[in-house]
Amino acid sequence: MSQIIQFTLNGTPVSLESDPMRRLLDVLRDDFSETGVKEGCGEGECGACSVFLNGKLVNSCLVALGSIEGMNVETIVHFKNTPAYRVIEQAFSDAGAVQCGFCTPGMVLAAYALLKNNPHPGENDIREAISGNLCRCTGYNMIVDGIRLAAKRGEGKW
Amino acid sequence: MKNSISTPTDRLDGPEKASGKAVYTDDIRPEGLLFARTLRADRPRARITAIRLPEIPDNYFIVDRNDVPGRNRIKMLEDDWPFFAGEVINHVGEPILLVVGPDREKVADILNSIEVEYEDLPPVLSIDDAIAAKSPIFGDDNCFAAYSFRKGDPDTAFSTAKTVIEGEFKTGYHEQAYMEPQGMIGSYKNGKLTVTGSMQCPFYVKNAMMQLTGFKEDAVQIIQATTGGAFGGKEEYPSLLAGHVAVAAIKTGKPVKLVLERGEDLAVTTKRHPSVSRYRSAIDENGRVIAMEADITLDGGAYAGLSAVVLQRALFAAIGVYNIPNVTVRGRVMATNHVPSGAFRGFGAPQAFFAVEMHMEQIASELGMNPLTFKEIHLVRQGDTTSTGGVLRDEIKIHEMLAKVLKMSNYRKKEGIFASKKGRFRSGIGLAIYLHGCGFTGKGEEIIKGTATIRKLAEDRAEILISNVEMGQGAQTTLRKIVARILELPIQNIEYANPDTDRVPDSGPTVASRTVIIVGHLLESAAKELKKRWNESETLSVSKSYRHPSYIQWDQDKLQGDAYPAYSWGIVAVEVEVDTLTYETAVKGVWTVHDVGIAIDEEIIRGQIEGGILQGLGYASLEVMDTADGAYRQHSFTDYIIPTSVDAPVIESELIDNPYEYGPFGAKCAGELPIAGAAPAYAAAVSHALGIEIHEIPVKPEILIKRAVK
Ligand code: FES
Ligand code: FES
Repeated sequence: MSQIIQFTLNGTPVSLESDPMRRLLDVLRDDFSETGVKEGCGEGECGACSVFLNGKLVNSCLVALGSIEGMNVETIVHFKNTPAYRVIEQAFSDAGAVQCGFCTPGMVLAAYALLKNNPHPGENDIREAISGNLCRCTGYNMIVDGIRLAAKRGEGKW
Repeated sequence: MKNSISTPTDRLDGPEKASGKAVYTDDIRPEGLLFARTLRADRPRARITAIRLPEIPDNYFIVDRNDVPGRNRIKMLEDDWPFFAGEVINHVGEPILLVVGPDREKVADILNSIEVEYEDLPPVLSIDDAIAAKSPIFGDDNCFAAYSFRKGDPDTAFSTAKTVIEGEFKTGYHEQAYMEPQGMIGSYKNGKLTVTGSMQCPFYVKNAMMQLTGFKEDAVQIIQATTGGAFGGKEEYPSLLAGHVAVAAIKTGKPVKLVLERGEDLAVTTKRHPSVSRYRSAIDENGRVIAMEADITLDGGAYAGLSAVVLQRALFAAIGVYNIPNVTVRGRVMATNHVPSGAFRGFGAPQAFFAVEMHMEQIASELGMNPLTFKEIHLVRQGDTTSTGGVLRDEIKIHEMLAKVLKMSNYRKKEGIFASKKGRFRSGIGLAIYLHGCGFTGKGEEIIKGTATIRKLAEDRAEILISNVEMGQGAQTTLRKIVARILELPIQNIEYANPDTDRVPDSGPTVASRTVIIVGHLLESAAKELKKRWNESETLSVSKSYRHPSYIQWDQDKLQGDAYPAYSWGIVAVEVEVDTLTYETAVKGVWTVHDVGIAIDEEIIRGQIEGGILQGLGYASLEVMDTADGAYRQHSFTDYIIPTSVDAPVIESELIDNPYEYGPFGAKCAGELPIAGAAPAYAAAVSHALGIEIHEIPVKPEILIKRAVK
């Protein structure tokens, strides 16, 4: 049943022969060692497996490999080298938004997805934007503060 | 207070976690790795009469109890919990065997084609069943542990009371829901077993592996991988998973990884014990409680695990923060054919605080008194004795803290306005006062006798060697900060790797909020000595072992004396709005003040407080977990609902300084404390909004409808 699938991963065209029903999450972790993409639930509930697919934030545990032919996948591995990432990382750090860190790469991507479209979000916009990302450690408010701080500092970087 | 120890430092583990570089268990992929999956019992109690295996292809293995080289029992208090089920299974999800092999899909296929035949036995499926003990599963009375103690003369007090008020209070299961599911990797090379994984207690795992394998101490090595949250859930259960990968690695000679899927993790790992508490109080003519009787029963599940110590902490918290002259406290943990219950932040105390706080609310309401005023007149003061006859030696600042919370929340004003609110949306405000006994209960610290070491690495570098782990709570930052301060070195120059039992002394497990107050204190004194002797040599190590302060006396047989060396304190006020059409409840605000001695880092403490309070609010409201035929009815985060960012209220949080003589820089304990008060404060607020008594959490809309309509 395997099939050749081509897509762009973090700016590099890749091609692999595999079962098109495999979850993008497994392909990224197992075939490309993208272990920054985490599995928290495997059911689209936690957002730990977030990646950008053609610029849109998706849960990679819900995406079948066969459905991404020709598409652009961007993960935390690539995003961490951008100026936008550095603003968010520092803001998260200053706000105390990181504890166990398992949710954090997903939260960072969700924060970016928000700020790209809405550089001056209100509190409710922020809460909505990360409502698909579960965090059990922080109680969320310090993450909300981190995103607010990133918005303030990140003018023009999104 | 600029530049005090409390001034926030950037978390040292922040960047590697945010960027996805941190290596958690499932991110480790050694050469030749095999994957394991577990065949589990699908019923609560039965005898296994046959297991039919399909043909097993080359390079695939079945691993079961016959492969255990040593003893098939997890080393714990009772040693009754098997790694692999014996002939009889005692709970749904009990592991029977592993299928191990290089391809995960194939492993799953093999697993699905195994057939197990059972002969059902009568299961014990509730606390009441367990007490009836018709067909006992533990001893002849199904009781894992029972304790009782008294203070004063409760019998006389009850016989002279003007009024006696009784109440029953219930709490449900509570799932830790750490975001990283549990997982372990085992390998076996040249006679040495190495297990790496997500855990709180490397030496618990090590001791468990030694008993499992019969190997000598130096043939077993345990390494903690970056741990994605634990909350107690990775205190005892990791020993079981470690045992599975260990036996599989020994059998196959290859590294073996076992990572639970979320649904599996929810179904089989330990949760907070459900509880039923009966309270009875004797009230005199002045409206004072002159005696209180508490009787707490916990559902321990199928194996004893840590239940006995969880019960002890529940009982020592049973009278809350009140000075009641005459007290009887009793409790027991019952064996049932449920998944074993276990450690979870608070460790028995949240159940007890819910019960005692709601009982105090209940008494006030039945006496027609204001609940807060009623609680206030009973608060303990410095010098009072605890329910076990210990002495509260240190300064207690709850009155000052209470004044602060009342001001921050505008409590008294809201109390009045909300009570007269009519219409569809009703508001309420409630408050809970709580404490946490720091470190192990009773003689625990004396028995463990933790050792911490600091090693000088270079003129400007040192390393912390302890077995305590960073699991999100900030140990990496707080402990390095303590040592850096004393050695007068930049914090980045203090190394502290994830513990590896081959390299670190046993400083004890990462539990009981003991890491800063106990281990941090050992590090503080080791650092002070190292600082003095810094120039003695290029490489110098200083170790310090725990010494029990002689003034703290505890009698474990009679449960008398100081149950804990010190206490941290908290008060939380919660405001809610209830929609009387749907009985949905929204939290509108939270105000809280804590005394954790001196905060080693205010931001890290704030993170503990906010996370703990939200977890406690979840416990009180959304997080429903119950059983049917011995299995949890909730299978995923779709039906076990934990709070999201939109459910999370803004929390206004303040600290009050109250330095503790034997804590590093005056610090006490903080990690578990904040979860204790959220549930009773929430329930009290709902009760205030609707004018009804609440005796059970989670507070489900169905229950509110029934009660409010009555
Ligand atoms: S792992 Fe994909 S949403 Fe949780
Ligand atoms: S930091 Fe642990 S889950 Fe968010």
